[in-house]
Amino acid sequence: MNITIDVKEMEQYTKVKIVGEIDAYTAPKLRETIFPYAEKKNTKIVIDLSEVSYMDSTGLGVFVGLFKSLNANEGTLQLTGLSERLRRLFDITGLADIMNINSEVEGGV
Amino acid sequence: MMEAFDYIEMKIPAKPEFVGVIRLTLSGVASRMGFTYDAIEDLKIATSEAITNAIQHAYSGDEKGEVVVGFALYNKQLEVMVSDNGKSFNFRETKKALGPYKESSIEFLREGGLGLFLIETLMDEVKVHQNEGVTLFMTKYLEGEQVERDAETIST
Repeated sequence: MNITIDVKEMEQYTKVKIVGEIDAYTAPKLRETIFPYAEKKNTKIVIDLSEVSYMDSTGLGVFVGLFKSLNANEGTLQLTGLSERLRRLFDITGLADIMNINSEVEGGV
Repeated sequence: MMEAFDYIEMKIPAKPEFVGVIRLTLSGVASRMGFTYDAIEDLKIATSEAITNAIQHAYSGDEKGEVVVGFALYNKQLEVMVSDNGKSFNFRETKKALGPYKESSIEFLREGGLGLFLIETLMDEVKVHQNEGVTLFMTKYLEGEQVERDAETIST
């Protein structure tokens, strides 16, 4: 019932790996950790979700906020390593059509 | 005719750190009943959304509240009840503003409010009782047992 967030600033993009559960308890920590990176101009953030075992609307809210912030600063967001379950969450909420999501880890990077 | 059922109830402080504790219990209950992996994940999300909602809407700024979560185990379905005794919010009004994302313009994307939409999408039946607080009743049927897919919302 916890979360670890690992952020690495690479040459081409900022790489984030999330391990654990994203819910009402952990979402604020996730937001605090990754939002500062989205405020810089032209940032590309790639988030690996392959080890996220649970996520609900609180997590979707964080990614939508991040996506908007990046968009406003001419950056991009890519979510990778989505499990079937996570993918379904983006599908039924309509977010799959709006955001860049991928089942492969680091696909298209 | 009232069908016999087993009932489990848990009362948690209205704090986000306890949502995961309920998920663990629910996971055990649902797997014992024979729900599939996907159905258990649906149940976990819907129940978490309901508890998160109860914490946020009913007890904003006041951490003294409690949320009661009940599981009614029937032969062919599981009913989850989530109840708060905090300040009531208008479920119908809240619900009207919700739904999947359709906006084409990114700047208008909402960052919240998907919880109730997910509850209605992932559960087979959802009912709401509103008096002092809000109580949400959500039912999921074991595969193949479902008679009708009617997510009717009743506000009393």
